[in-house]
This record gives sequence, structure tokens and C-alpha cells, in this order.
Amino acid sequence: MTHGPGTNGLILEEPLLWEKGKPGRVAYSLPHRDVPEETVDQNLLGDGPEFTDLGELDVVRHYTRLSQWNFGIDTGMYPLGSCTMKYNPKINEKMAATAGLASAHPLLEAGLSQGILKLYYELEQFLSAITGMDAVSLQPSAGAQGELTAMLMFAAYFRKKGEQRTKILIPDTAHGTNPASAALCGFTAIPLASGKHGILDPTAVEELMDDETVGIMVTNPNTLGLFEEHIREITDIVHSRGGLVYGDGANMNAIMGVVDIKRCGIDAVHLNLHKTFSTPHGGGGPGSGPVCVTAELAPYLPVPRVARTDEGYVLETQSAESIGRVHGFFGNVSVLIRAYSYILSMGPNNLKKASQLAVLNGAYVKARLLDTFDLAYDRPCMHECVFSDARQLPFKITTLDMAKRLIDHGYHPPTIYFPLVVSGAIMIEPTETECKDDLDSFIEVFQAIAQEAENDGERLRQAPVITKVRRLDETQAARKPCLRG
Amino acid sequence: MRYLPHTEEEIAEMLAVIGQQSLADLFAHIPADTRFQGELDIPGPLSEWDLTTHLEVLGQSMFTGSSRAVLIGAGSYDHHIPEIVRSLSGRSEFLTAYTPYQPEMAQGTLQGIFEFQTLTARLLGMEVANASMYDGASALAEALLMALRIGKKKGTVAISSAIHPHYREVVKTYLEPGPFEIVELSLGDDGRTDLSALSAIDDLAGVAIQSPNFFGIIEDHQQSADFVHGLGALYIACFSEPLTFGLFKNPGSAGADIVCGEGQSFGMKQSFGGSGLGMFGCKQEFVRNMPGRVVGQTVDKDGKRGFVLTLSTREQHIRREKATSNICSNQGLCAMTAAIYMATLGHTGMRQLARLNYDKAAYLRKGLLAAGAKPLFSGPVFNEFAVVFEKDFTPVRQRLLDQGIAAGLSLEPYYPDLGNAFLFCATETVSRALIDELLEEVRR
Amino acid sequence: MKEIEELDLPGDIYYSKEHEWAAKDGDLIRIGISDYAQDQLGDIVFVELPEPGASFERNEEFGTLESVKAVSEIYLPVSGEIVAVNTELEDAPELLNENPYLNWIVEVRPNDIDQYDELLSRDDYLAMLKG
Repeated sequence: MTHGPGTNGLILEEPLLWEKGKPGRVAYSLPHRDVPEETVDQNLLGDGPEFTDLGELDVVRHYTRLSQWNFGIDTGMYPLGSCTMKYNPKINEKMAATAGLASAHPLLEAGLSQGILKLYYELEQFLSAITGMDAVSLQPSAGAQGELTAMLMFAAYFRKKGEQRTKILIPDTAHGTNPASAALCGFTAIPLASGKHGILDPTAVEELMDDETVGIMVTNPNTLGLFEEHIREITDIVHSRGGLVYGDGANMNAIMGVVDIKRCGIDAVHLNLHKTFSTPHGGGGPGSGPVCVTAELAPYLPVPRVARTDEGYVLETQSAESIGRVHGFFGNVSVLIRAYSYILSMGPNNLKKASQLAVLNGAYVKARLLDTFDLAYDRPCMHECVFSDARQLPFKITTLDMAKRLIDHGYHPPTIYFPLVVSGAIMIEPTETECKDDLDSFIEVFQAIAQEAENDGERLRQAPVITKVRRLDETQAARKPCLRG
Repeated sequence: MRYLPHTEEEIAEMLAVIGQQSLADLFAHIPADTRFQGELDIPGPLSEWDLTTHLEVLGQSMFTGSSRAVLIGAGSYDHHIPEIVRSLSGRSEFLTAYTPYQPEMAQGTLQGIFEFQTLTARLLGMEVANASMYDGASALAEALLMALRIGKKKGTVAISSAIHPHYREVVKTYLEPGPFEIVELSLGDDGRTDLSALSAIDDLAGVAIQSPNFFGIIEDHQQSADFVHGLGALYIACFSEPLTFGLFKNPGSAGADIVCGEGQSFGMKQSFGGSGLGMFGCKQEFVRNMPGRVVGQTVDKDGKRGFVLTLSTREQHIRREKATSNICSNQGLCAMTAAIYMATLGHTGMRQLARLNYDKAAYLRKGLLAAGAKPLFSGPVFNEFAVVFEKDFTPVRQRLLDQGIAAGLSLEPYYPDLGNAFLFCATETVSRALIDELLEEVRR
Repeated sequence: MKEIEELDLPGDIYYSKEHEWAAKDGDLIRIGISDYAQDQLGDIVFVELPEPGASFERNEEFGTLESVKAVSEIYLPVSGEIVAVNTELEDAPELLNENPYLNWIVEVRPNDIDQYDELLSRDDYLAMLKG
């Protein structure tokens, strides 16, 4: 049958750190001691941490083997919907490690930090240009913190206006971070059902939006991969009742240079630099979630703000309306350097082209898998498409089984069981950096798996079989949590 | 563009399959009144060569490099990063993986984070630790929110005024919209937090104290934790320099309920303050109220040991508005880096390095006191300390800057009462020769 | 998952629309979840129980059940005071999967015994499940 790049690769066993090593082994080169030993207050002395002593090669082999149990974008295709797993350019790693920037202390006077402040200022300008918004804060460490930052700004905005607004509309397709971020600001999430076409219906917003409602959180394109075509009507309704509109920019990769966020009527949007702007996800961060806002909300942005003056770049730490800091220093600067490098490497035309090709790839995968899987909503899709296991369920094969079988073929599965509005969802986001040949192989493998679902289901239920470990017992993990050794 | 692999022929073939004529047709359903007008106003594209030159020029304008030294910590510490830590943490299998949603193909990240949780728990003396938070500041804010959740109807938290000023600002930002009150505790003459104001608070959920505190003073966690527990509140120990626990007692041994702080010291470059690492641990009994991701050990269907994300029902993607936090992506690679760093140092290395830091700072401190500076506070310190100069230190500091030494952080912007007081830090990267050069200038 | 015909639904107890069961035991009422509820939830990994002594209104949330990837609220079918909780569930939540009727969750002293009689009989509950 059709097969992807997966093989029975050489996988080596490796114990836990503390199951190896011997007291007296050394992996660390201690800098020269050129000062005398001072006395230490015995009441303060501890025993030191219970760490094993390892040799340098012990450590090198340990982490090399661990890394080989991992699958990354550099390993193969990673069509994880809503996560934009595009290629992470190597040059950006080198740029983030630029000696003068990487060793910079964050609390030196601005005059000694002009280079990084210039980069910071310019990146704000770039993101402002890409979204169409007026002002940007690069402080939030991840998308969820970006959302929280914007919600805090909304809360501060209404406090200033003396308005008591406590509810916020959140579509049923939203990421879980949306209601969680809103809740941290004391807002009650009011669920908003998607219309029958998978996009929001302005009349539903009309009914729910009142003067106790902060506004709405909209992901556009939404998590079904569909553009919210009524976005202008929706934002007009919210604004007409004095509310604000939050845009979740997780799916910005579909619309760079195509859609103007500000013209959509969005008041604040966060971007995920670790999605759209190609910074590596690192197995769960560090990310970066800048917030871009209209001029009206700019005074509420976190401090410090970088400003350009005749004397160079300066830090403005005071602002009466600001929500304050959300990060100990300036955010995940090393991630910001990578995104800055990416944007400069791409330039304006290639960024737009990236979005066009991301949508091309999404639409192509959708078109070619239409006959294989049940499509949740038959509308023009953007950079991702959402299928379900409806056609495979009669054979007692679920989305999970098919996802696990993809692993045996050397592909990372798509996002599964999200968005929640589609039962057994399979959310595929190929991204623009996958070439047609690789898309074709993936599509053919996925089609072959659907065939197997009909006539060799047990293979799917047993999958994966070539990984270091097979399906794991998550029930035991949750019932009797073992969180440390 | 080398990141975009499509040939013109392929684009045409794909469009044909989709049934469209052009790339623009793919966006035909986007309403006109939302469309971007004109071209994106950004520079580029730059070639790899031009980009590198551009970044190097930016880097050269910074106060960094081999001819420069920064004797300032204050939450960001200059430590030697072993080459194996840089090299291993940069492996692209770690770097280019997503959050481990498919455990069978993410065992590297999962075992690595399980080991991180273990090493962190052992370092801090806690029963459990999570997979990381964004940074020390937001970790403290989340710890206080956690204490308020556990305290149910109690609405007040107290934080020491010797907690890093930026951390306190982040705490205020996070707690602002809630019905909570934050009380700031003043300091005694020894630079340790004065707890006497606590007894008057009747709905105290938690108390947070940083050690070493912002002034470098080692707080008495034992005494404070006992006192706070006596009031029926949770004790939160915070830190910005985890290397301290290589030498001094860890906060868990003093009975802290939650421990949180910044882990940048463990193998991360300072990078103008990020990416750092929020470290977070707590007692087992509070684990279901803990924010953030956690990895747990389990077995696969063949009975083989493996690791998965677990206790997910606390999190936003399941519990949505009732989640323990909104955190999703954290600082995964930084946690992995810190784990590699801790593995590299081991027990012995951690102890020796901590001791060397203590001695370097002691040497600098002695020298400054001998040159006429006075200690700001009398309490014990680790690798950071604050002194007050009799004469205006600014001109001396400027002369030192001209020699390539950034010596001391002025405390006045953070504590307006503390004029002419400066916070110094000396780690293993500062040589005695450089300290002697600095002291000579101070004595002049 | 079970077909409706496969469900174990004893006839001597009452059911709520939220899939709890209630059984009178002297002055008290024992509350648990139905076979349908445990089957829908899948492997239950954690049970959050109320404090004994706490009072709840009819249909108020009094605790939660967690599976690996879901959290479900449990609602009290009759208003009253919690007299006892089944602490065995704290260490062994799987008991609810193994036998949801033997393993009750809470015991309630009802404020209004008439509410008990307003609950669904086995046949009514079954009809509801069949929709």
C-alpha cells in the first residue's frame, strides 16, 4: 500500500537521568576560583539539590536519544490545525544568538541598549503595518497572555468610562484560552453558537449584545478555517452598543496582506509569532503574543513602551491609563528577534505570497480529501480545513485511530477533536512551506488509511506500532498521578 | 523565496484541482470592505548575508561583548552556559516540535519535561512542579491567584516590598480586575520582610516573600512560613536566582506551600530579559489548583514506561472559563534547557558553582565596604547585595562605564527613598582582576 | 459505548434529567450517577466531592466528575443538606465505572421530600434517553 516516510528507525533506550550517573562524575567546567572562600552562616546552609552527577558524554547521549524520540517540523510534515507548523528558518536561530543582543542585560540605561530597542521599535512598526492597527505591545509571552492583556485593556477602558460591563460573547468555535482569559478579568463568557454555515450570524450577535456586554472575541479566520464574512456587520453591531471587539489572530497566516484587521472593525488583536512568523514552538514555548490595537486603546497598552526621539530610542515607563506590566522585562525578546528576522527575510511581497500559498495548500488538501472524509462545512476554506470521522464511524474507526495510524507513516497527525462543534474533528493545516509533492504523499497515505478503516480496521486500532512507545494509558496517568521521580 | 517551495507549474496544477483560476480567486469570498489596501509597508526582503550584517550592527550598539562586564543582576544573571547545554537544547527535534499532544511521537519532550519537573521539585524542596510558566513575574501572579482560589472566600494577599519591583507590577496587573486586595509589607533594618502588619488582616489567603529578595538579602522563610501558617494562610516563596539553592536551604524545607520564580540563570542567555523561565512548584495537596501543564508517568499498551500530559482537566482547553489559568504555551524549550543545565551541573557542580558565586560577591562586597560604602541592610546575602555610597556614585559609575564596566543598578528609580544606593551582583563570570579594577576606581 | 438496551437501570430507584439517581434510605436520600452517565463519561479519573454539612438547592451543582479529557458537573436532584460523602471515591474514582449504583456519591437530608417523588421513574428515564 501507499506509504509515507515512516520506517522502523533505530530507536535507542535511555533511562531517566537519575537512573544513571555516579557521584564524582563531572560534566561541568567550573570557572577558575580566584577569590578566597568566605565563611557561610551555618544556619542558612542547605544540603544542595539531590541531583545525580553525570559525565559530559552521559548528558550528551541522554538528550540526543531523547531528541530522537521527538518529531519536529524538521523531521516531517506537521499539519496540526490552528498551530501553523511552518518551517522555522535556521538563520533566525543564529540571529537570536547574535552576541551583542543575546547577552544584553535588560536593566541597563536605554542609551546602552539602542540596538535592541531599535529592533523592538521596528518590529512594532512591522506588526502594525501587517495588521493595519495603530499601536503594538510586544510584551505578552504567548497568545494566551496576549488575550489576557487585551481583556485587561478592555476592562481598564470601561472602568475609565465608568461603565459596568461584565459579559463577553465567545463563539463556540473559540480556543479555550478565550473564555479562560476573559474569566481572569471577571467577565462572564456568553457562548455564541455558530450559524449553520460554520460562521457567525450577525442576528445572533444583535440579540445578545447589550450595554452590560464588553463585546465579542472573534477568531478570524475561525477554527473551522472559514473567514467570518459578516465580520463588518458584527463589529458594527458591537460598536453601536458601545462594546469592543477582540480579534484572536491565531490564524493570521491566512490573511497577511489580504485582510486589514482594523478595517474589519477589530479593536485589539493578538498575533502568535510562533505560528504566523515562523518562530519555533520548542515543544511548548517560548512563544510570543504581541497585541495590536487601535489608537483609542493605545494608552492602555502595557508599559514600558519604546519610543523614538531625537536622542534615540527611550523607554516610557509611566502612563496613567496603562494596565501596567505583564512581563518581568520586555517579553520573549529572543523570539521577537527571530520574528523580526523572518519578516525582513520575507519582505512585503513574500509575506502576502505566504498567505496565498497557505490558503492554496489548505484548499488543495480539502479538494483532494473531499471524497474520502466527511467535510464539516462545505464553504471556501482558508489555510486549514476541518473534516470528521463520520464516514468511518460505521466501521467503528474513530478520528483517534486514523490519527495514530498516520504516525506509523511518518506524519504528525492533524489537530483532532477540535473545534468542539464538529464531532470527531480532523483539522488539517498544511502551511505554505510544504511542497506539492509532500502534500500529495500525505493525501495518498490518508486516503489509504481511510481504505484500511473499511477493510483492516484492527491495524488502525493497534496503531502506532513503530514508535518508541505505543498508545499510552492516560487514565492511569490521571487517576494515580506520578508527576516526578 | 527559499521558504516557499511552490513552482509556477505546481501552483497552476493545484488551482486546477481546486477549480480556481488564480491565487487571488482563493480569496474571492473575502468582503471588499475588509480587504487590505495597497502593499504591506515593511522593508525587505533581505538576503541572509544582509540580514546577518544588519543584526550584527544592532548588536554592536549594545553594552555587551568581551571587553564589557555588567555587575548587575536584579532578576537577570550572567552565568556561564556550558557548550553542551547550548548544543543539546538547540537540537531541532526539541526546537521544532509543538506541545506534545501526540505522546507517541513526543516522548523526548515529555520525558525531558518530566525530568525537569523532578529536578525542579528537588531543587525547591517541593512535592510537585509544573512544566513551566512564562517568567518569574507571571509565575508569582499565578501563585497568588492560586492561593486566592484555595482560600475561597479570602480576598487579601500580602507581598513583601522587597519582591522584585517588576514582579510586583505584574501582580498588580493580573489581580487588578478581581475583587482582591494586595497589601505590601515593609522591611526591617536587616532588609528582611516585616510581617507585623499581617495580624490585622482577617481574610488573608496568602503571603509572598522573595529570597534572596530584590536587595539580595536571604529571608528567613522558616520563621515567616510558620507565622503565616499560624494565621491560616498559604506561604508563597518566590525567587529570581535559583542557583541560591545550590548552597542555601530550599524554600520547601521551610514549609512553603507554593514556590515560584525565574529560572533564567539555568542555561538561558539574558537576551534583554527574555526568554526566561517561570518555575512553579507546590505541595501535592494543592496540585489540582496548580496552573500550567504537567507531564505524568504512565505505561503504554505493552506495559512499557512512557509519559503523557496529564491532569488536563484543570486547563483552559477543557475547563475553559473555569480553568486554573489561561496559560497554554509556556516556556517548554527553556524548561528543557534548564533541565539540561541542572543535569550538567549535577549535585556537585551546583554546590561548587553556588559557592563560587557566594565568594565572588563576598569579595566584591568586602572591597566596596573597605572603600567606604555602607551596606544598605545588615542581613546575609548570596551573589547580590546593596550598598549606599557616602558621595555621589554617579560620576564613578560613569567612569567605570567608560572602562567597560557597568557597576551597580541605581535603586532610586524603584525605591525613591533610597538615594545613592546601588545593587551589585558578581557571578562566576566576573574575574578578581576585574573586581580589583572596579575597586580601584571606586577608591579614587 | 453501550446501546440503550444494554444499560443497567434498576427499577427501584429514581432518576434525574441530568442522569443522577436517587434512592430513599429512611429519612435520607442517596445520590449517584446512572449507568448511562458513567458510560458517557468513560473512565472517571477524579471525583470532586462537597463538604458534609453543605446545603444545595434542587438542581444545583454539588460536585464534579472528571474523565481524562472532560469535566462534568453533578447536580443535586433534591434540595437538602449533605450528610455524608462517599470518601472511597477520592482514592478509587473507578468504582463509579465499575458499579454506579453500589457506589453512591452523597447522602442528603432532603428539605422537601415531595421533590423526590417528582423525579423520573425507570420507565420515564428510559423514555427520555430514547428521546
